[in-house]
This record gives sequence, structure tokens and C-alpha cells, in this order.
Amino acid sequence: MASTSDNGFRTRLGRVRGLGSAKSGGAHWLAYRMVAALLTPLTVWFLVSVVRLAKAEHADAIAWLHQPVHAVLLLVTLIATFHHAAYGMREVYEDYIHGKLARLVAIGLTNGAAILLAAASVFAVLKIAFGA
Amino acid sequence: MAEFSLPANSKVHAGKTTSVKTSATKRAKTFRIYRYDPDKGSNPTEDRYEIDLDKCGPMVLDALIHIKNDIDSTLTFRRSCREGICGSCAMNIDGRNTLACLKAIEDVKGDVKIYPLPHMPVVKDLVPDLNTIYAQYTSIKPWLQSQSPAPSRERLQSPEEREKLDGLYECILCFCCSTSCPSYWWNGDKYLGPAILLQAYRWIADSRDEMTGERLDNLEDPFRLYRCHTIMNCTQTCPKGLNPAKAIAEIKKLMVARAA
Repeated sequence: MASTSDNGFRTRLGRVRGLGSAKSGGAHWLAYRMVAALLTPLTVWFLVSVVRLAKAEHADAIAWLHQPVHAVLLLVTLIATFHHAAYGMREVYEDYIHGKLARLVAIGLTNGAAILLAAASVFAVLKIAFGA
Repeated sequence: MAEFSLPANSKVHAGKTTSVKTSATKRAKTFRIYRYDPDKGSNPTEDRYEIDLDKCGPMVLDALIHIKNDIDSTLTFRRSCREGICGSCAMNIDGRNTLACLKAIEDVKGDVKIYPLPHMPVVKDLVPDLNTIYAQYTSIKPWLQSQSPAPSRERLQSPEEREKLDGLYECILCFCCSTSCPSYWWNGDKYLGPAILLQAYRWIADSRDEMTGERLDNLEDPFRLYRCHTIMNCTQTCPKGLNPAKAIAEIKKLMVARAA
């Protein structure tokens, strides 16, 4: 709970009304769930593929990724995973980090890391998929 | 960061023990009650009262009234109707938020631990400061709002439309649910909590109310509404058997419906 002293003589209602509603959050909430639903079959597919390739030769794995269906599904899985991870971490930060600046920095760093890692993994998949 | 342990001056120390047990006592029971006196400047304590259940009624509230009347008049708690309709005697009994007047003593195994509603500022003993949550209640404008000119008679509602308020209008604002919600513990200054969101939905669901859009606007916020992570403590603990989690889910569905 916020302490009573850090708001001077503002009324409780004034504090509760604060800066008003952000009028956002619905799209984030929906996207989080849609991507989670999308990830359910994709993650199963990904795990099954990895297990099947576990004992394969390097050339077999390259050949597997050369198939367009596999490359496209893997790209969607990677992007969805990083999207879901960033959104999930944001929820955690909003729950537990109470300093406004610290929260913004944490969200920004996480989003940046997610974009960087997603870009790197997309590049890796494309490089193999289009490689000789 | 969220607080996972009590600050040093809120740690509960062992308190005094008062026993009125005699050789004639057939049904003795120990009540361990949180005590805090702001005038003393010392930490809260857990005082023990050994009482004779034959000297009081069957509910936890009966025992509290017996202790206050006959053993220790300094014990402070809120109560009014003693029949589960006013919501005053909400407190944490045996580890669960409930109404003292609806909680039977015999349902508690062992000692009866009684604490104030969790994570609220304590005014004294079992009395929490509810000013912020009352302000949150005011912020959702819990009254009928319309733009049509006031009719000269009652605002009509079909039985089906009235049915939509069942499970909502029964809420007595005891705040057992909100104070059982971890999201409300961590962000209670911004998250409205299950009790207030159930009340907000009570007016959104009312066919006579014409401000549904504005009400949803006021709620669409990462903190006011979306701190709810369907933990479900609210529904588990509601002493009236209501389902605040479902009311919150209905609000979230309406947010999606109006954007689709």
C-alpha cells in the first residue's frame, strides 16, 4: 500500500483517480493470450522435431531446415516465443517493481534483448534455409 | 519492489496470555489474537485468551464479544449486524479471510488465530484502514448513470435483465476478497482489486445503466484491471459465496468485444 505521507494533503480519491486510466492494456492482454495459444501446438511440433533430429547427422539437420515448411514454422515459433517471453516478463515487472523508472528500464531492456535475440535467431534460420 | 516480509516495526511478537479456565470449564478454547495499539509505539503482539466456550455463542464473533465484554475491554474490532450482511467483522481467521459472525468456532481445529485483513494499514488491533479501498469504490461511480431524461416512473427491467445482477448485488463490501489477492497486496494503490471490480461489473451489467462505455474506459488500464492474473483467492475466500474472478473475466471479455 502507498503510504499516506508521500502524497501530502491530496485526498484518497484524488490519489486513486491519479492520472486517470491509461485506456490501454486490452490489446496487450489479448495478444499475450493469442500468442500463447499459437505457441501451444508450435512448441509441441518444435520439441518433437528436435527429439527426432537428436541423433541425426549435421547434413540431415541442414536438409530438414531447407524444407520451406520447417523453416517457416521455426521462424514463427521463434518470433512468437520471444514475443511471449517479453510480454510475460513485462507482467512480472509490473507486478513486482514499484519504482516507475526501474520498471521502465527493466521493460525496455527486456524488449531490446528480445528483439535482438529474435533478430539473431531469425537471421540464423534464414541463413541455413537459403544456404547451399 | 514488492514487500515479501514485514517491516521491522510490524513484526508480531509474543503477547500476554489471559486464562479464565477453571476446574469447572468443560470446553476450553484458546484464541490467539493480533493486537496493535498505535499509542504504545511498540510492535504488534499476538495475545492468547483461554476462554470457556460455554460462556459464549457458537461463532468466532461471539467469542470476540465475550472477550471484550468479560475479559479484556481493550480488544478492538468492528462488528455490527452479526449475521453476515454488514461486512464489518471481516478478518483473517485460521489463515483465511472471512466474516467472524459466519465462522463457527467448532470449524477451527486447535487454537483460533485471528488477524486483521492482510496487507492493509492497521488502525488498531483487528481494525484495518479502509479509506483507500473506499476511495477506489467511489472512483468507479457505484450508482446508476443515464443520459436519457429521468422517467416519471420506475426504470423498467425484464426478469432476464435482472437475473444478470444475481451473484453481484449480494456483495457486502467486506473486502475479504481484495485483501486475499496477492496482486492487490503488491499494487493496491493502483489495482482496483476483486471487490471493486465486481462492483464495477455490477453497474456494467445493469441494463438500466447507460454509461457502460465510460465505465469500461475508466477500467481499461494495465494496473486498474489487468493486474488480475486469475489467482482465484477472491472466489475461494468470499464469505458470501460470490465469484469476483468471473466478474473480472466478464469485464476483460467486454474489453475484447468492444475492440473486435
